[in-house]
Amino acid sequence: MKNILGRKVGMTSVFTDDGRYVPVTVIAAGPCTVVERRSKETHGYEAVALAFGDVKKSRVNRAMTGHYKKAGVEPRRWTREFRQDIDGVEAGQTITVSEFEAGDRIDVMGVSKGHGFSGGIKRHNFRGGGASHGSMIHRQPASNGDTNAGRTVKGSRRPGHYGVDRTTHQNLEIVRTDAERNLLLVRGPVPGAKNALVIVTRTTKQKAVS
Amino acid sequence: MNVIDLLNQEQRKENVPDFRPGDTVKVYSKVTEGGKERTQMFEGVVTVRKGGGAQESITIRRVAHGVGVEKTFLLHSPRVERIEVSKRGSVRRSRLYYLTEKVGKAARIKEKKAAR
Repeated sequence: MKNILGRKVGMTSVFTDDGRYVPVTVIAAGPCTVVERRSKETHGYEAVALAFGDVKKSRVNRAMTGHYKKAGVEPRRWTREFRQDIDGVEAGQTITVSEFEAGDRIDVMGVSKGHGFSGGIKRHNFRGGGASHGSMIHRQPASNGDTNAGRTVKGSRRPGHYGVDRTTHQNLEIVRTDAERNLLLVRGPVPGAKNALVIVTRTTKQKAVS
Repeated sequence: MNVIDLLNQEQRKENVPDFRPGDTVKVYSKVTEGGKERTQMFEGVVTVRKGGGAQESITIRRVAHGVGVEKTFLLHSPRVERIEVSKRGSVRRSRLYYLTEKVGKAARIKEKKAAR
């Protein structure tokens, strides 16, 4: 099963076997425990719930405590369901990074960093106005559109809250796995802040090789 | 030590000889040509040594057939097999960019006599 939960550690660069020096994001992934196997008969859909991360017992609410108790596993910080690639996975199992290998293509989901209330330049890559020569339009969004329309078209890009969105980066390459230290080294950046939860799945961009 | 620092430390080579800008070194690096791999030697003056940790890089300059050639190597890359120091030079700056403008006798570097 190529699904796992992890914590973003940070970025660095590593040498690959062919001598390239590539930027990587280090993800401390797993070990995850399978808390529940959801089935078509009882729940209406097939899924697997994975739990990851250390947590104080006092921080887990009663509902979740019961959930973990039922599965007979230790309470964890995060629990997430996966619907793809779940054949043969049963509750109580442990999922580690050894499910993955270098060269695998994955999608990584995370909650992007918060940027607060941001202007058009940061939020939508607007170009902005001139800096000098009396321009007076520096970082303003300038025109909102057609004056004949007499209204602003819905969905037009304006300043506003930016970040803290669930974001997926698709088709990322695994550069290296480290089963000993439970690490995944993924080429390039991954959404989210350090120590935030990231969800790793097999990529939907490529057909499964079976 | 955190994981990132640990990873960086593992990338580093331990047997890098002690050398600095102004020294003449031989760099043996692996090159792939037509599907075959062989080791190539490049000898010249170290003009720049910059970056820290696994990212440290060196720039080597030599004049080949009257044309100045500068090559940059990642010091800790697995493609760089080994480095030999052939001459110690005495220079007064850490980045020898001025060598690019010097030709012939002016581009010489005084050799360091005292043992280090």
